[in-house]
Amino acid sequence: MSQVGQAAPRDPAPSRLAYRLQRLMLTPGVRRGFVFGLPTAIMVLIGVLALSDQDRRDAMGLWWQQVKTEIQSREEFMVKLMAIDGASPDISEDIREILPLDFPMSSFDLDLAQMQATVAGLDAVERADLRIRPGGVLHIQVQQRVPALVWRNPRGLDLVDVGGNRVSTILQRGARPDLPLIIGRGADRAAAEALELVAAAEPLSTRLRGLLRVGERRWTVVLDRGQRILLPERTPVGALEQVIAVDEAQDLLAREVRVVDMRNPRRPTVRLAPEAAQTMRQIKMIELGDD
Amino acid sequence: MTDLYQSQRAMRAMRKAAMQRGVIAVLDVGTSKVACLVLRIDGPDQFRASDGVGPMAGQGTFRIVGAATTRSRGVRFGEVDTMPETERAIRTAVQGAQKMAQIRVDHVIATLSGGDPRSYGLAGQIDVGGGPVTEQDVARCMAACDVPPFGEDREVLHAQPVNFALDHRSGMGDPRGHMGNTLACDMHLLTVDSKVVASLIHCLKRCDLELAGVASSSYVSAIASLVEDEQELGAACVDLGGGATGLSIFMKKHMIFADSVRMGGDNITSDIAKGLQVSLATAERLKTLHGGVVATSMDDREMIALGGEETGDWDRDQRTASRAELIGIMRPRVEEILEEVRTRLDAAGFEHLPSQQIVLTGGSSQIPGLDHLAPRILGQQVRIGRPLRVAGLPEKATGAAFASAVGLCLFAAHPQDEWWDFEIPADGYPARSLRRAVKWFKDNW
Repeated sequence: MSQVGQAAPRDPAPSRLAYRLQRLMLTPGVRRGFVFGLPTAIMVLIGVLALSDQDRRDAMGLWWQQVKTEIQSREEFMVKLMAIDGASPDISEDIREILPLDFPMSSFDLDLAQMQATVAGLDAVERADLRIRPGGVLHIQVQQRVPALVWRNPRGLDLVDVGGNRVSTILQRGARPDLPLIIGRGADRAAAEALELVAAAEPLSTRLRGLLRVGERRWTVVLDRGQRILLPERTPVGALEQVIAVDEAQDLLAREVRVVDMRNPRRPTVRLAPEAAQTMRQIKMIELGDD
Repeated sequence: MTDLYQSQRAMRAMRKAAMQRGVIAVLDVGTSKVACLVLRIDGPDQFRASDGVGPMAGQGTFRIVGAATTRSRGVRFGEVDTMPETERAIRTAVQGAQKMAQIRVDHVIATLSGGDPRSYGLAGQIDVGGGPVTEQDVARCMAACDVPPFGEDREVLHAQPVNFALDHRSGMGDPRGHMGNTLACDMHLLTVDSKVVASLIHCLKRCDLELAGVASSSYVSAIASLVEDEQELGAACVDLGGGATGLSIFMKKHMIFADSVRMGGDNITSDIAKGLQVSLATAERLKTLHGGVVATSMDDREMIALGGEETGDWDRDQRTASRAELIGIMRPRVEEILEEVRTRLDAAGFEHLPSQQIVLTGGSSQIPGLDHLAPRILGQQVRIGRPLRVAGLPEKATGAAFASAVGLCLFAAHPQDEWWDFEIPADGYPARSLRRAVKWFKDNW
């Protein structure tokens, strides 16, 4: 109990060193360095030291790949089959051919954008929507092109749709007798106009053989018996309707007319067959007397 | 004189820099305790008008974020006596306050209670020639004050213009812009012993602190304890400290007189220690727990155990003293201090002032019964004052003993204009620099 022998009362004053150290620690820069800079530096140092070993880096890479594969090959991410909607059996077959996927595979390995570009690259496909449905089904919704015309070109017979896009090839015209025929270079690019002309030529449908694109700029309507209607570059439908009106009124096309030339709309011209022209001249000579 | 002017100016610049940085410490190195408060200055926009807080004379701009007090060592009569001991005490206080604030402080404003302060009233007069008074004129007027010969080893602590008179109009607060012919000013000059200031500055330097201002403790405890009306109408503040009792007289919100009595609470403690034959620590405890100055019959029966922890035979030392005995020891000393204060006030002509209000503050003003004893010596209008409450002040630092520390905070945030805050008179410049140039030529060619 006695205080004898105890040390002198402790001096509460900080030593000069302790005082200076405390002031140093309270300096904002030093303080921030200790609170934030030093731990960061230590963490970076540990990271650098750990990663400076090539084997360790490789092992980490391998481990990362393993983890990645493990997660990607989980049952939930596997795609087991492909379903194609809206495509005819032939096109489905084509699609399966150009998308060589061996199921089951992980959905992470499927590049849907690229696959969509591939499928949409098929001539017969207008639009393709790809999605992976729950349950591991790769669903391809296909919108097929509808053939509207048969186009005879130097390579053979093609079916084209309203926009002039090639749909498929047929071997003979007789395979699609329901579709009108267009001929000539650049005819596919004017397919829409061709369809309008076909619609306008509805009264002549039994006689219509096809439409001929001349010089990639104007149409010629080819009828049976070798008759042709030459249409102008501009407003061909109007010109054709004009011819049909004349035909209905005066049976123009039932006569021995080879060519109805509407290329200059203000000067329609009719070319007769040589025999008809001969007959015409004889009739005229009979009527008017010889020379 | 010029050196002092420059150094005071440098301190003002330092204070401005500290305000800019937002942290400043105030240090009250007293005889009984060293208190350090750390102020964070938030600028005048801390409160909006919608908060219902007015300007509050600059108090709204700061907040106390750190406070520490330690027992003072090596200080006698408010003057540094044993420098290493004082330095340790300052380090303890500053470190504690910094730790509480979690801010490092570099600038400190200190107070000085000793150093034998002396007041001088100065008067100066210049001719301004009928034009409006400019700031230059004010500076010239102050420079025209005839400085009394206060001695070689004394330094000016405060030099505050207290009154301006323009022709026959006196009592102007700010003469700038007024028209007149003769500008006169009264200045209050307070000088202290330069050795005392130098030793305090040296102590602070050794603690790696920059001095951003020194103020007289009588002055700062008065601005903390006197309410605004008392400062305006005239009052004296008596700061009953540990080693020195400071007194200052205020009139029209300016200090017009300051003095200090080299007696205080420590003398009471040593009287008790001698009278009751106990150690100084015990005497201090007896003084604070059981002390008083007015004895009643009850006090004869209240026996206080004096204890004997320091005597070595603590279990045999059963001495007791009645509280009346204790009061009998304390009262003469308190009376002596107050009488000395009365003498100084009379010497300053306090009885001629219209208001005779006296405010007692400082640690010893908490002696019970002082409010009965003081009016007998100092006059009827005496009250015990406590310092103003300022934002963030810890509860333990709100007592009367912290009047000068709180006053220093107010002084730091809102200092009064002093002589060195004005521009150097322009006509003083060219002659000096010309002389300097000539001297340089003489020295070098």
